[in-house]
Amino acid sequence: MLNVGKIEEGFVLDHIKAGMSLSIYHHLQLDKLDCTVAIIKNARSNKMGKKDILKVECDINMLNLDILGFIDHTITVNVIKDGEIVEKKELVLPKEIKNVIKCKNPRCITSIEQELPHIFVLTDPEKEIYRCKYCEEKCSKRF
Amino acid sequence: MRHLMSPLDFSTEELDRLFDLANDMEAHMDKYAHVCDGKKLATCFYEPSTRTRLSFEAAMLNLGGQVLGFSDAGSSSASKGESVSDTIRVISCYADICAMRHPKEGAPMVAASRSRIPVINAGDGGHQHPTQTLTDLLTIRSLKGRLSDLTIGLCGDLKFGRTVHSLIHALVRYENIHFIFISPEELKVPDYITDMLKEKKIPYKEVIRLEDSLPDLDLLYMTRVQRERFFNEEDYVRLKDFYILDKAKLTLAREDMLILHPLPRVNEISVEVDDDPRAMYFKQAQYGVYVRMALIYTLLGLDKKQA
Repeated sequence: MLNVGKIEEGFVLDHIKAGMSLSIYHHLQLDKLDCTVAIIKNARSNKMGKKDILKVECDINMLNLDILGFIDHTITVNVIKDGEIVEKKELVLPKEIKNVIKCKNPRCITSIEQELPHIFVLTDPEKEIYRCKYCEEKCSKRF
Repeated sequence: MRHLMSPLDFSTEELDRLFDLANDMEAHMDKYAHVCDGKKLATCFYEPSTRTRLSFEAAMLNLGGQVLGFSDAGSSSASKGESVSDTIRVISCYADICAMRHPKEGAPMVAASRSRIPVINAGDGGHQHPTQTLTDLLTIRSLKGRLSDLTIGLCGDLKFGRTVHSLIHALVRYENIHFIFISPEELKVPDYITDMLKEKKIPYKEVIRLEDSLPDLDLLYMTRVQRERFFNEEDYVRLKDFYILDKAKLTLAREDMLILHPLPRVNEISVEVDDDPRAMYFKQAQYGVYVRMALIYTLLGLDKKQA
């Protein structure tokens, strides 16, 4: 078993679907932060069989929970302070996401008006369906 | 300030008020002949649509207002690369209300978000064409006296027809509506619509031949079946006559069945049907002007001023 040390302040994202950690790393823009990040892939999990874990040492306010909720709201978010878990944050599907994914409909106005933000709105929370705010194109696969 | 982006932007109660107003305008044109004196409608049409544009212009002229605008992107600053957001900011300085048609879906919504004047979506690609749906609803309500308790046949290209999809979404808000979808296999209504109907427990039937369902209908909404939608010529030749309404087929229909069509028609309704008292598609175009008059009046807030 591989051991990765404790972090003092930051967050541990647990129960990430195996193989998804790198995608989350990029979407949270962790590559742009100058901080310690541990990406653990295919860790053993009783619940999931295999899972990924991300440990990030940074200011806890830097995490964009909306993006994380959109990617996978079943991820466990542990907030760490002074080396201890101080909070487990619950993720929900955000009502709206801005500039996380792009509308792929070639007939959408976002395809020609460059400065427009790409906004997707949660239209069916049960089926977890998001639609483009402008053309209502369905975002079929989240990630 | 309100805009109109989708036919569902208005509640059924608000639609009732709008349609009452449209009927009042129909009955008393003189009363409304100067209510928009000094007001201007900008028709910003980034793609040609003569019928819709003229209907909007006729509506504003009937109210005593004036119109300005462009009828294709080539004659607007869009050809120089100006964004919709910038165009509407400029148009807001020139006019009191704007009707916008654009080939890109969502363009009128972008305009509305930047505009200082009400924006009406006059069609955005394959997405929405709310004033056509309002026209259809007003026609049905005026001629049938109700929007509930109806068996409605929708015939032709039900897969790609934006008009048909919008009308279905608008009608499911009323009680006791039955749908009969009449189309070839290749042009059936999309699954997301039948899923929605199942979820709302709204009865519907899918049939291939027009004759099979004609006797049951209160209303037949015809649309065009285009040759290019078929996978092969053989199927087109085999099926195209099923979807042509002629006098012989009409003998199967009820005496009070309405025939509607968003127009333009090509050959799906034989011209011999035009004189039949049930043929209401030209009357429907007339209702299109009344509903746009009522819409312009309402969005300009003139209804509140009078009250």
